[in-house]
Amino acid sequence: MTTAGAVARARATTVSASETLPWLVSALLVGLVLYYFIGIDEGAVSVFGDTSYIHELVHDARHFLGFPCH
Amino acid sequence: MEARSFVLRGALAGAVAGVVAWLFALVFAEPQVEAAIGYEEGRGAAEEALATAAGAAPAGGAEEEIVSRGIQSTLGIGIGMVGIGIALGLLFAVAYTLLHGRVALRPRVLALVVAGAGFLTIYATPFVKYPASPPAVGSDETIGDRTALYLVMVVGSLVFLAAAVFVARLVRERLGTWNAVLVGGVVYLALSAILMTVLPGLGELTINVVENGPRVTETPLPLRDASGAILYPGFDADVLYDFRVASFAAQALLWGVLGLVFGGLVERRLARGESAERTAETTSA
Repeated sequence: MTTAGAVARARATTVSASETLPWLVSALLVGLVLYYFIGIDEGAVSVFGDTSYIHELVHDARHFLGFPCH
Repeated sequence: MEARSFVLRGALAGAVAGVVAWLFALVFAEPQVEAAIGYEEGRGAAEEALATAAGAAPAGGAEEEIVSRGIQSTLGIGIGMVGIGIALGLLFAVAYTLLHGRVALRPRVLALVVAGAGFLTIYATPFVKYPASPPAVGSDETIGDRTALYLVMVVGSLVFLAAAVFVARLVRERLGTWNAVLVGGVVYLALSAILMTVLPGLGELTINVVENGPRVTETPLPLRDASGAILYPGFDADVLYDFRVASFAAQALLWGVLGLVFGGLVERRLARGESAERTAETTSA
């Protein structure tokens, strides 16, 4: 595949935002929720109250990914 | 191609990247995490012995273990790495879908550019101000402030990159693409530098200042007695360095694999779509 050909093919398949909005919005939401649960929940704030199961389970990853943890 | 294909490929490429980062973490993160936990326990025991000697009642029992270290250091870190891979893959797919076909880059190059932007804004820039830290580095009492400050850095970096791209596009016609990209880079660096200067260091948070006086970080200092003699050492600088280098490398790996796998999947799909069209044309002719 040549670069010019690949660019042309990409141009021909540009996605219009309006028809695909549901997919983009759900991907954004699911991505943010996952990011929140792995990085932040049961630390500074918690949606399940005073449990810390998720925090403890992903504890090492949280440190290693750069999220504040203790 | 429709958004669905991009989103599904983003999640898949993110999961693959997460598995690679997990394997990397097992080898390069866990020894540092174990060393840090060893330090934390030793320090806790020393502090307790000191308090008991000073006449305080011994603190009741160790912290209850909710998830065992064995699970945390194998399966737990795996769930975290693969989960974040999928999360970032989905966010990546949203950005990629909006740019696909609108810039003069072939898909696999655009995928790497978007992955590089994600690495820069979501991890690398916040890391410069608030680097990843192993257990024992970071006070329980400041977790709220630290989380808020970290997220300000992440969101700030994303906004600054958007601003840099906007400015670069504005001056592109006059200055040419090369110089416009340089101008954008300067805008990003300048805005990030200002934010980093304005935000406090973690050692400057009130709780930490009261305890240790003003410092840049929360890295544990040596435990001293009244005469200033060291009873328990400060946190090992080599462990801290190794942990941070490994963390940075793991994120570079995660975003790199995400961009490469996603770009490969999209180009394969586009090539297949085209050959299917061609076959349809020849059979109908």
